[in-house]
Amino acid sequence: MASLLEVRELRTTFQTAAGLVRAVDGVSWSIEPGETVALVGESGCGKSVSALSVMRLVSEPAGRIESGEILYKGRDLLRLSEEEMRDVRGREIAMVFQEPMTSLNPVLSIGRQLTEGLEIHMGMEPAAAQARAIELLGMVGISDPQRRLAQYPHHFSGGMRQRMMIAIALACNPSLILADEPTTALDVTIQAQILELMRDLSRRLGVAMLIITHNLGVVARYADRVNVMYAGRIIERAPAGELYANPRHPYTLGLLRSVPRLDEPMRARLDPIEGQPPDLTRLPPGCSFAPRCAYRVERCSVSPVLEACGEAMHMSACWQSGLLAKKVAA
Amino acid sequence: MSEVLLEVDNLVKHFHVRGHATPVRAVDGVSFTVRRGETLGLVGESGCGKTTTGRCILQLERPTSGRVVFEGVDLTTLAHDALRAVRRRVQVIFQDPYSSLNPRMTVGQILAEPLEVHGIVREKAARAARVQELLAQVGLLPQHGRRYPHQLSGGQRQRVGIARALAMEPSLIVCDEPVSALDVSIQAQIINLLEDLQKRLGLTYLFIAHDLSVVRHISDRVAVMYLGKVVEITDRQRLYEEPLHPYTRALLSAVPIPDPALEARRERTVLRGEVPSPLNPPSGCVFHPRCPIAVDRCAAAVPQLREIRAGHLTACDLA
Repeated sequence: MASLLEVRELRTTFQTAAGLVRAVDGVSWSIEPGETVALVGESGCGKSVSALSVMRLVSEPAGRIESGEILYKGRDLLRLSEEEMRDVRGREIAMVFQEPMTSLNPVLSIGRQLTEGLEIHMGMEPAAAQARAIELLGMVGISDPQRRLAQYPHHFSGGMRQRMMIAIALACNPSLILADEPTTALDVTIQAQILELMRDLSRRLGVAMLIITHNLGVVARYADRVNVMYAGRIIERAPAGELYANPRHPYTLGLLRSVPRLDEPMRARLDPIEGQPPDLTRLPPGCSFAPRCAYRVERCSVSPVLEACGEAMHMSACWQSGLLAKKVAA
Repeated sequence: MSEVLLEVDNLVKHFHVRGHATPVRAVDGVSFTVRRGETLGLVGESGCGKTTTGRCILQLERPTSGRVVFEGVDLTTLAHDALRAVRRRVQVIFQDPYSSLNPRMTVGQILAEPLEVHGIVREKAARAARVQELLAQVGLLPQHGRRYPHQLSGGQRQRVGIARALAMEPSLIVCDEPVSALDVSIQAQIINLLEDLQKRLGLTYLFIAHDLSVVRHISDRVAVMYLGKVVEITDRQRLYEEPLHPYTRALLSAVPIPDPALEARRERTVLRGEVPSPLNPPSGCVFHPRCPIAVDRCAAAVPQLREIRAGHLTACDLA
């Protein structure tokens, strides 16, 4: 079966005062129809820029997609005209952002923000669009949708605004939703509501989802497969269960060990990853994680490639990944 | 058991909002104690009043009523000069080290300034030596003293924030979300540092945070707040193993655990609705509209925080 979305060797750079930043540095990943895939990593690892590149929303001229292919249903999005791309955005691929406050238009009513896309993309008559808007608000669990249409984003709480964002994303029946830190700005009890909602809708409507997050817990519950990014590259990829049970990159292992967990016996001390996050304008040659890595060897001055490491579908970009497998098993 | 360093007694802070007849009840009758050398975690979601409670303790907000007794003195009764002297002993670490450090001063200047202003170290050479000592204490190098905040990473900036608090030789530090703006891999570094400093310098922490996993790790006891009130308070083991208040239980069950196998088996209580406005809190128990076990009387009577067993208090009549 062909992938719904296949990103091949994507490179996106930004020209900054401090120099050229390779925000996404030769990254390949894919999503199958209906699947939920995660891109996990810390700030600056390139996870959000990956999603913006797919939507071709990288801000020019500072940002530039240098090379690669983004195959959506077999078509390379990077070769489409801006007009053709507009038909893809919203209708085929929709996005949900972290800050619903700043990504909703404060001076347009809730109803108009929903019906606009329906009228433009789907050619709906105003009355039909209105009916669909009410249906969408109901789907995302907003009570009394008829009355809500006349309200404005400031009438809504953070959780309701995020529901509204999801309704807008679903409006034109996309096949794929890119959700960039969809619950990071929300309280934990609201986070749980929104994540459950997204999962239910994704299953019910068969929409594939890319979840971009720094939270390993969120990923564990909601993703089928996980890509871990560090300094612009994917350093490990595996089905969620396999990744958590048997991390094969020292960075993934470090991330998992550094967070305290509610289900564990209490620890006297946490095990942090030493050192500072990488300076993207001055990355070391070879593996970018090497300066902070406890497993570093001489060979790490040569970049390791992402390759299969034993288990089915498990890939790691680390010369020492074999050693890690034994350590975890022991 | 060691002495009580801080006692917060029936603390109330109401804010008046233009156009509203009733005030926002940000903090609505909060009481707890913190013993010397311990860490009390204060958890809750946004708007629960945890930060305002911290600011009232620091006297950055003057409470509407109630007492804040620190080292035996009620801070709410002190005038400006007397307060200034006490304030040295109660310091704060903020969430966002970007906005809490002066961008035009070097790290060395940021650390030297309070030493000079408060007359802690009067002689210039001694001040420079003390700055070096502070940098070392928080795991920074001497050359970091010559840098500006924007030249540091988020984790390094938070280390500067901690060093600045330490400069005043406090006994109590209010840590207001000190790691939530940091990357996951850096959070653990800062938490370990705070714990090391506590042991070495005998510090007492009020640790305000929304991350229940972090609070469980660092705290000796934990108080859970909801809509301006403490709904449960006990030692961390009890709180996480035998939570009594339905809100505490829901909070704990909402925290995702990084283990897919475990997550698949885990039962979840997803709370209905959202936190109501503190402008118009619900009658009776403020949690009752969202509570999965509420009964009729919960809407009528305000439950008092009462001791269910030794050292374990909760404000739920059904507990």
